[in-house]
Amino acid sequence: MIGITAYGGYIPRLRLSRRAVVETNGWAAPGLRSQGKGERSMCNWDEDSVTMAVEAARDALGGSRGRIGALHLASTSLPFADRQNAGIVVEALDLGPEIETLDVTSSQRAGTSGLVAALKALPAGGGSTLFVASENRRSKAAGGQELAFGDGAAALLLGTEGVVAELRASHSTAVDFVDHYRGQTREFDYVWEERWIRDEGYMKLVPSAVRPALEAAGLAPADIDHFILPNPGGRVGRSMAKALGIPEPAVRDTLHATCGDTGAAHALVMLVDALERATPGQWILVAGFGQGCDALVFRTTEALAAALADAPRPLGIRGHLARGRTETNYAKFLAFNGLVERDKGMRAELDNQTALTQLYRRRRMLTGLVGGRCTACGTCQFPKTNVCVNPDCGAFHTQEDHRFADSAARILTWSADHLTYSPDPPAHYGMVEFAEGGRFLANFTDVEPGSVAVGMPMRMMFRVKDYDDNRGFRRYFWKATPAPTGEA
Amino acid sequence: MASGIRDRVAIVGMGCSKFGERWDADADDLMVEAYTECLRDSGLETKDIEAAWLATAIEEIHVGKGGIPLAFGLRLPYIPVTRVENFCASGSEALRGAVYAVAAGACDIALALGVEKLKDTGYGGLPQRSRGALNSMWWANYSAPGSFAQLAAAYRAKHGIAPEDLKRAMAHVSIKSHDNGAKNPKAHLRKPITLDTVLQAPMVAEPLGLFDCCGVSDGAACAIVTTPEIARGMGRKDFITVKAMQLSVSNGVEAGHNSWDGSYFKTARIASSRAYKEAGITDPRSQISLAEVHDCFSITELVTMEDLHLSPEGGAVTDVLDGFFDSTGGLPCQIDGGLKCFGHPIGASGLRMLYELYLQLQGRAGPRQVADPVFGLTHNLGGAPHQNVCSVVVVGRHDA
Repeated sequence: MIGITAYGGYIPRLRLSRRAVVETNGWAAPGLRSQGKGERSMCNWDEDSVTMAVEAARDALGGSRGRIGALHLASTSLPFADRQNAGIVVEALDLGPEIETLDVTSSQRAGTSGLVAALKALPAGGGSTLFVASENRRSKAAGGQELAFGDGAAALLLGTEGVVAELRASHSTAVDFVDHYRGQTREFDYVWEERWIRDEGYMKLVPSAVRPALEAAGLAPADIDHFILPNPGGRVGRSMAKALGIPEPAVRDTLHATCGDTGAAHALVMLVDALERATPGQWILVAGFGQGCDALVFRTTEALAAALADAPRPLGIRGHLARGRTETNYAKFLAFNGLVERDKGMRAELDNQTALTQLYRRRRMLTGLVGGRCTACGTCQFPKTNVCVNPDCGAFHTQEDHRFADSAARILTWSADHLTYSPDPPAHYGMVEFAEGGRFLANFTDVEPGSVAVGMPMRMMFRVKDYDDNRGFRRYFWKATPAPTGEA
Repeated sequence: MASGIRDRVAIVGMGCSKFGERWDADADDLMVEAYTECLRDSGLETKDIEAAWLATAIEEIHVGKGGIPLAFGLRLPYIPVTRVENFCASGSEALRGAVYAVAAGACDIALALGVEKLKDTGYGGLPQRSRGALNSMWWANYSAPGSFAQLAAAYRAKHGIAPEDLKRAMAHVSIKSHDNGAKNPKAHLRKPITLDTVLQAPMVAEPLGLFDCCGVSDGAACAIVTTPEIARGMGRKDFITVKAMQLSVSNGVEAGHNSWDGSYFKTARIASSRAYKEAGITDPRSQISLAEVHDCFSITELVTMEDLHLSPEGGAVTDVLDGFFDSTGGLPCQIDGGLKCFGHPIGASGLRMLYELYLQLQGRAGPRQVADPVFGLTHNLGGAPHQNVCSVVVVGRHDA
């Protein structure tokens, strides 16, 4: 049996009010006024496809890891065109270096095509593949994509042991149907007519992959319990189900009202959302559209019930969706995405060149948040250094690796700083202490002004620390964010 | 056993430029302004100086590295000149170099000069600058006010003080310094302020508003030091000697070990205890006549009163509000306006603090003069609460 053994998701905390968007842009695009309902997820300024992938993966893995033999990352919005993005995720999760990695990209189908390939390539002798899809697409201001898109990620652990959703069949087609494209040097998509995309694209290409997949699984369309078909705007699902003979109640919500379409990640985002609501013995059909179509048929197992009973549960898509914070300031979205040239002040001119030699030497510290634990006195500390920080110890060369990424933390001191440059002022930061010992002065992220207090429980998150616009680089580090305890 | 620095070195000349937004002056002009006053005060000539120390902190926008800027600026006669840098405590480090050289007998007469030209950045506040290849990759993106503001959060939590109560005490710190600065012609900020002004001011880094932050200024200050014997030989009677000179530097415990609670300066507690011992002071609250502390932010001055053992732990708020550190109080603090109003040209600040004590101890402080001071203390801090350098210097009349 091959299939999904664990799953998780991540949706950024910020939710842009579509109403705020259309109220601003209505003068130029009155046709979009009717689309001003609900919210779309939006990355904070320090999030991208890599950071979201890390969070989704952490959500799926929970505390346990097992042997992960491969990590594949699917996205069309990867921050690096030539530096393996999956490799950054591996370092951040501290899974390396004995692991196979792969970036899957260039199509909205990257999530489903990559998933099919990863499932088929699973080693027979055990070992898991962590498959992550993550998307943070750029869109022009005052266009339809801006309203339809969302940012998010999903992660699936694939394997042969403890399968919660077994892959029973899949079928893929490749048809160079160019409903939209993004040229290599372009920031934004170029899109053809919506009606043509629906009639000639979705309505013809999806059935040509779905029917053979159902046949291979020995299923009639009426057997499907959950039908997953991402489509921006969410209006194709029902007519497709009707055309295929799939019962209408099986059509999964595209999460348009609360999240938006997360591109190459969306099929997996919807699949995780479905798994969170599924019961054992159900049939799940996933269709991924984009220059052809992938269709995957899963059957949930008894292990799903056990997984759902596990504590702590991943936040998953549902949990993350419940943690949203509405952003009604559209200008913030424009500024975060570089769609307006904000006057950042001279303090933003600081040169953020990264010494790649230094980044390499300290990659476990910087990317993996690995510090030290003194074997002489037991003191945990960050960073790991040559001499123990405990004033009563001070032993040389005694520290073994100790990772703080999943450690419980609390705020010792803090401030909200309006002076230092931040893309989202005021910059919150402060000393955070870890339960097992160790501390450092950390940037905070996703905090609400006025809500920060000494003693507040925090959780570490992998985020962009600085952008180096002169060189097209971005560097990552870990920040503290309010722990989700009691909120989900 | 080291005998310490007490009474082994005399200060025989000091000078200090006008501090402020010196749009008219280069660093070179500021150095000469302070130095010419200092020479006049000492009665010495440049050829008498045998060694010199230059303090500057922010090289990125400044005079350049090494001893050359000072040697060039004053046309020093090919003597040893060393540039020192220890964050905002650099000025005290220049003094330490000169004082130790004289005490060691390496030379008879030495010069310490600190200068900073901060107002060439194009914006308010301290310059934003790189922190080094590795540090910049993981340190929080903090500013000076943001890092010192951390103290307030921890102090409130530790002593159970309501934010508005602490804010009022912090405001008193600033109001007092503005009152003092108004009487000082060399000070950068010379306007008295009201409680309302402080409380209504724009927030810089919570809970520090604009008036909780010191001035960012251009300026220079310098001192000429020699042995007490030479000072006597120069005809000086009531000269000032160094009673103690201590420096404590964080080793990472505050930043990395959970034993520090974030509400105080570990270094200041250590440096001041050592300094009192070196100076033979047993009850600083009654024996120190006046103090010039590193009031970069109001909260810094407030907690520093406890760290210097001038207020009992948790007692600074009461002392401040009672006016104990006002010009008319039991222990006048920042009688010259402090960093807050005299200004804070980084490399010069430690020497500027000493300059005021030097004047006060000789009864030369004009309208600011405190009655009959015996011991004065400077406290010069650099860095941030979780990792810093702290210098404490005690000076006094030679006969004290």
